[in-house]
Amino acid sequence: MSAAHNTAVSFETGLLDKHRPWRTARLSLPLRTDEDVVYLRKHVREHAVAIGLSLVDQTKLVTAASELARNTIKYGRGGDVHLDDLLDGLKKGIGLIFVDNGPGIPDLDLALRDGYTTGGGLGLGLSGSKRLCDEFEIDTRPGEGTAVCVVKWKR
Amino acid sequence: MSTQDYAARISRIIQDHQSEIGAEWVAQLEALTVRSTVVSKEQLRNHCQQFLAAFANAVRAGELQNIDHRSWDEVRDLLAEISSTRARSGSTPSETATFVFSLKQPLFAHLRSGFAGDAEGLADTSWTINTLLDKLGLFTIENFQRTRDQIIVRQQQELLELSTPVVKLWNGILALPLIGTLDSARTQVVMENILQKIVDTGAAIAIIDITGVPTVDTLVAQHLMKTIAAARLMGADCIISGIRPQIAQTIVHLGVNLEDVTTKASLADAFVVALERTGTSIVKHGAKA
Amino acid sequence: MDRIPILRMGDLLLVTIQVDMHDRLAMTLQDDLTERIVSDGAKGVLIDISALDLVDSFIGRMISNTAAMARVLDAQTVVVGMQPAVAITLVELGLTLHGVKTALNVEKGMALLGKNYF
Repeated sequence: MSAAHNTAVSFETGLLDKHRPWRTARLSLPLRTDEDVVYLRKHVREHAVAIGLSLVDQTKLVTAASELARNTIKYGRGGDVHLDDLLDGLKKGIGLIFVDNGPGIPDLDLALRDGYTTGGGLGLGLSGSKRLCDEFEIDTRPGEGTAVCVVKWKR
Repeated sequence: MSTQDYAARISRIIQDHQSEIGAEWVAQLEALTVRSTVVSKEQLRNHCQQFLAAFANAVRAGELQNIDHRSWDEVRDLLAEISSTRARSGSTPSETATFVFSLKQPLFAHLRSGFAGDAEGLADTSWTINTLLDKLGLFTIENFQRTRDQIIVRQQQELLELSTPVVKLWNGILALPLIGTLDSARTQVVMENILQKIVDTGAAIAIIDITGVPTVDTLVAQHLMKTIAAARLMGADCIISGIRPQIAQTIVHLGVNLEDVTTKASLADAFVVALERTGTSIVKHGAKA
Repeated sequence: MDRIPILRMGDLLLVTIQVDMHDRLAMTLQDDLTERIVSDGAKGVLIDISALDLVDSFIGRMISNTAAMARVLDAQTVVVGMQPAVAITLVELGLTLHGVKTALNVEKGMALLGKNYF
């Protein structure tokens, strides 16, 4: 487990409060090491089960979380993730917001293309996560950092 | 008079005249009800008496504005039971709400005599009881709707289960006939079912027969392709059979790539292919070598 | 858990992944498997993922790489037991696991590798 993380990521982004009106709870976790990713997966799975997502939807969300968490650590040089429980009327959902103070993404269109990778990976992290979730939004400023927000609603 | 005193007084009036109020109420209901077969007379009388007793008790507790209060639990439970029963036996929501509303007339008649000489008290009481019964009537309707919704959901699930039959044609060969129109939501569920059945039966080949599907649109075609890709990842293979000329046209028109998927017009042809792939063949008796 | 155990059955290596692997553990497994193929002279590798409820692009790549390296070392790899939810997610993710043979369970996987022990 990574050391106590008291310095919150300082990347200013509107995505952090995008779903505030529907947020019933927020769990904030650090993303610095491999184990942090495993820990996040566990929490996302628990919350997904709690709101009654189907097995396939659970798997999709946890997989997207894993991909984005890895991106945050590998490219963003570490950051935070915020796991939000959402309630829109009677509709339940889970929101995940990944933030880092990394170098940012210079060419977003390119980055969102399947297969594009700068790190020797499969290049499916961003584009794949977009496909796996119901909502996907990204806010990035080269030299400052990146924030990615994904949401999955219970059908 | 304080609210508590009012409440106690109303409650006493109801209890003192319970059988008369009950009889008048039942008479009202019987006059209004068109179909008396839905709820038997005996059952109706029981419901009325039970309700009046519970109602009088609840009123005495003094919480006349809030029917969600603890003191109204017994009344709400009773109404919930009554409306569920009626929902299941085919009553309409209004018939069920009428059960509560038709209590007003007999009740007011007795309240009027009970509050004789106290015009202001009678006016206040009438208004309070009127609002109370309105709330309870609405509660009955909401409950009715909820029961009906539950029935619908259950029926939908049963329908869904009926629509993904599995036929084990031979060792390791499954046939999965898809029946009916496939909307996006249903297609996803059906596809997940197919994959689960492949795992459960350990089938090497699944023949997805779409003879019973009238139209195939882009979304359905995509889901079909994804299901086949997923089955392959899992270690099984799929053959699509029952492709009618119109569907063949649609598929080509949509530009769906079927190059590496085996497709056959009939289930029989698909079965032969599946047998070959699993190393089995059919031999006629007495055939000369 | 430090390392994922690798069992040997004749000239076959059998791995059952039962934990949620972090990236380092996955890399270690890849290295261990490659080493054991050489040291044990294995001709086949069976990776059982029936207990995995998650396969992301990193693990997917680990599996592909392992299969590719095994092939170079003249050994075949079969991945067995992929859960339907995982398969559906991988398809949506766009992961193809090209060049990796798969089977529904260990028995079928062994048959694929030409071993009919059952």
